[in-house]
Amino acid sequence: MEIILFIITALIALASALMVITRKSPIASVLFLVLTFVCIAVLYVMLGAQFIAAMQIIVYAGAIMVLFLFVLMLLNLRGNQGWENISPARIGLGFAAAGLLLLVAVAWLKTAGSMEVAGLDPEMGTVSAFGDVLFQRFLLPFEIASVLLLGAIIGVVAMIKRKPLAELGEDKEGKVS
Amino acid sequence: MSNYIPVLLFLVAVLGLTGLMMAMVIFLGPKRSNPDKELPFETGSAPSPGDARERYPVHFYLVAILFIVFDIEIAFMYPWAVKFRQLGLFGLVEMLVFAAILMFGWFYIIKRGALKWK
Repeated sequence: MEIILFIITALIALASALMVITRKSPIASVLFLVLTFVCIAVLYVMLGAQFIAAMQIIVYAGAIMVLFLFVLMLLNLRGNQGWENISPARIGLGFAAAGLLLLVAVAWLKTAGSMEVAGLDPEMGTVSAFGDVLFQRFLLPFEIASVLLLGAIIGVVAMIKRKPLAELGEDKEGKVS
Repeated sequence: MSNYIPVLLFLVAVLGLTGLMMAMVIFLGPKRSNPDKELPFETGSAPSPGDARERYPVHFYLVAILFIVFDIEIAFMYPWAVKFRQLGLFGLVEMLVFAAILMFGWFYIIKRGALKWK
């Protein structure tokens, strides 16, 4: 039962990933990427990693995809960006990158067989277990994550609203400059 | 895996209900068309002329990034809410520190007028 579900989900994930890189319309690519993310979330659930699955849906399929769509809207893509514009050098680089990925995957698979899986707690990936570890053992990284998010806020606001703080007092309208 | 059967049932119910409603609209609803109804719907106003693929103001991106930051903050609250009782006061203070650091960002957004449109 589980293996059938795995095969179906993995096949949909692979097919939609292939669609992402072959569609001519970038919007279609992004929507297929959402499908890929959902399939990966299902695979996470099958691995017992519920929290990561929830994050995959909430953060990746939800928030990051919104960002991707907004970037497409900002880029002013007119018409479909076809394959014709891609130079052979870029195709060569793409194959080189794929080859490197294959090398890493093979190297990992060779060690994966000998990894100890039986000793792992099957409850390890649940939200509850994750909360235990995050809020006690990894307390400091958790708090530092908020500084990282703060940096993202200040960075984007500073880049988009390029006006010195001193001028803000005079301009109550808050005009976009 | 059997823990997830309710999720599967939920999915089937959602898809089934959506399909049923679409089918009812297609097969039961009256079809009286006129040129005005065929126009693209644009929040009640007349459709804007020209290409829809205009370049959008960068302000949209700012709002999207800010949304993501606070979305991730809420995502951290999910395991925290699950563990809230066990963590007790310690967990509450922990999350307050986390939220307080992000509140600096919130004050910065308000002070710079980043959410004001034009």
